[in-house]
Amino acid sequence: MQAAATTHAMTLPQRLKDAFSVAFIALLLGIPMIGLTTTDEGGTALKVLTRWPALALFVAICFVGRLALQVVREALARRRARRPAKAPAQAGSSRLLTVIGWAGVGAALLVPVAFSDNRYAVDLATTVLIYVMLGWGLNVVVGLAGLLDLGYVAFYAVGAYTYALLSTQLGWSFWQALPVAGGVAAFFGVILGYPTLRLRGDYLAIVTLGFGEIIRLILVNWTSFSGGPNGISEIPRPGLFGYNFTPPGSEHSIADLLQIDYSPMQRLFFLYYLILALALLTNLFVRGMRKLPTGRAWEAVREDEIACKALGINTTHIKLAAFAIGAMLGGFAGVFFAARQGFISPESFTFSESAIILAIVVLGGMGSQMGVVLASLVLVLLPELGRDFAQYRMLLFGAAMVLIMVWRPGGILAHRAPTLVYTGPKGDQA
Amino acid sequence: MMLQLSGLNAHYGHVHALCGVDLAVQGGEIVTLIGANGAGKSTLMMSIFGVPRASSGRILFEGEDITQLPTHQISHRGIALVPEGRRIYPRMTVLENLQMGTAKADPTNFQTDLDRMEALFPILADRRDQRAGTLSGGEQQMLAIARALMSRPKLLMLDEPSLGLAPLYIKKIFQIIRELKRDFGMTVLLVEQNANHALKVADRAYVLQHGRIVLSGTGAELLASPEVRAAYLDGGGGH
Ligand SMILES: Nc1ncnc2c1ncn2[C@@H]1O[C@H](COP(=O)(O)OP(=O)(O)OP(=O)(O)O)[C@@H](O)[C@H]1O
Ligand SMILES: [Mg+2]
Repeated sequence: MQAAATTHAMTLPQRLKDAFSVAFIALLLGIPMIGLTTTDEGGTALKVLTRWPALALFVAICFVGRLALQVVREALARRRARRPAKAPAQAGSSRLLTVIGWAGVGAALLVPVAFSDNRYAVDLATTVLIYVMLGWGLNVVVGLAGLLDLGYVAFYAVGAYTYALLSTQLGWSFWQALPVAGGVAAFFGVILGYPTLRLRGDYLAIVTLGFGEIIRLILVNWTSFSGGPNGISEIPRPGLFGYNFTPPGSEHSIADLLQIDYSPMQRLFFLYYLILALALLTNLFVRGMRKLPTGRAWEAVREDEIACKALGINTTHIKLAAFAIGAMLGGFAGVFFAARQGFISPESFTFSESAIILAIVVLGGMGSQMGVVLASLVLVLLPELGRDFAQYRMLLFGAAMVLIMVWRPGGILAHRAPTLVYTGPKGDQA
Repeated sequence: MMLQLSGLNAHYGHVHALCGVDLAVQGGEIVTLIGANGAGKSTLMMSIFGVPRASSGRILFEGEDITQLPTHQISHRGIALVPEGRRIYPRMTVLENLQMGTAKADPTNFQTDLDRMEALFPILADRRDQRAGTLSGGEQQMLAIARALMSRPKLLMLDEPSLGLAPLYIKKIFQIIRELKRDFGMTVLLVEQNANHALKVADRAYVLQHGRIVLSGTGAELLASPEVRAAYLDGGGGH
């Protein structure tokens, strides 16, 4: 089908043949999916009905749509061919990305101001930021080090449960538990990483998938430890310097301390800025890591492991560092999640969650920090906007993913910023 | 003696890839290893790096036994390998590739070494910020050699540097190998299919056959040897 993307215009018979083949595939797929349907006849019997007119319509739409698509593609290709290839676009686009990045940070800071009485919007923005943070964490493992991890949600769960248990059982505060939970998650990262050092690609994916499920099954079945399917509730909300966002009159209320009017929105704003701060720190941290020998070696290991060995890079340490740091960031996000929800159960940490985080990294463009933000926005907001479409919501979601990958096979932002720029023979090396 | 292999055996599962190999490289000389496809040349180079580990025998580097040393530490002793098929990092820039060569080197040397490499391979200076995967094959080979040299090795091992290159580039590569020896006193262990060129630059050479060293001598001796001529020059890859 790629043939249609070339700059040469197709002849009419070619066009028709192409459209016919698409329509034929649509027909094959459509017979079971559209052509046949079942109705409940009462009792236990199901009756199979046929819907040939609907199927015919569907095939016709595919046929005409394909013809239209050919025209659009050719027009696009002609435009692209007319535009001269610009070599120095790289430098320009990375400057543009910096500007967009700062604009994004500015916009993120203003969300609570703009939506000061819209609880739903602030909640949604908080969710986006959780996924951004998870995406940035997984990006270290998948995007930079090239280790396909399908069980990333396990570390999210480890972080969340560590905080939940430490706070409800031992009375630890959010800030005390945060570093510990990150450390515990990193430890689990190493536990996963060590036995899988020799594995790559599909094999690694299977093992990590299993690891994610094992963690979830332990949480479901070890009832005395994790509360089983009922989860853990009444997890304390994070406070600030020992003060809490609670109504005036209660102990250590911030409203009392500052002598301001209490509003439940204050806590939401606080949570929002908290995850924003955590996410920005994550971003700075990962950016910094990329310029250090370990971080640079992540990408080198992804590109060619044998070459790394020949150059004296300790690939074992490099991979374990990627697993540990990715897991730690996932753990931090988990702590925040538990503190925000106040209740967690294994249901929040299923494979589909791993899949969404991975989709964010891949759709965003492997290794691209900004891409993760864009993909998180798309993947979190789209199902929300699609709520009006009720049953077609997930269909819309899937279609968007397919379209993005067709439109930009390298992800939304495939641009990779070099970690080293030449500064001339006299200048210092960045 | 800089590098000395004695009675080296290596296996891939049941495949006996190296059978009691004895080989020595002296400081400052170019030693060439030739042999047919599958003779075990790449295996010999890789097993010096411990992948695969020697199943028996000893590898001495400057008098130290490195047979059981972890792979990454072997390169820290001063051995650099340009593996078969270049293996540059395609999505990283030329400059980043060169930087990866300095994994454990003193970072303050970076600019000096970079200048040195760009003087040796001027094309790399022009392509500094280009993605390495978009270089031509010959340019990639030069990048691979430069990257290995960035670690300031005492011994440079090259596995088929002329593989897949046009005659002009092949000439250039061998020219550079000569310059490395003449100007920097570099010690080189070279694996080549291109026996004619490789034996001409070599001080000494070995012939590997089915994992065994079957012949050795000076480059000129092997070039004149009827067996070598028959097997590797007249019929095969000689130009
Ligand atoms: N990873 C491996 N697993 C199993 N067998 C291997 C492996 N690598 C190499 N071999 C076998 O070991 C033998 C030697 O291979 P090697 O790559 O050293 O040959 P070579 O002399 O470098 O050949 P060429 O000139 O084609 O590069 C071959 O028979 C090969 O099939
Ligand atoms: Mg070989």
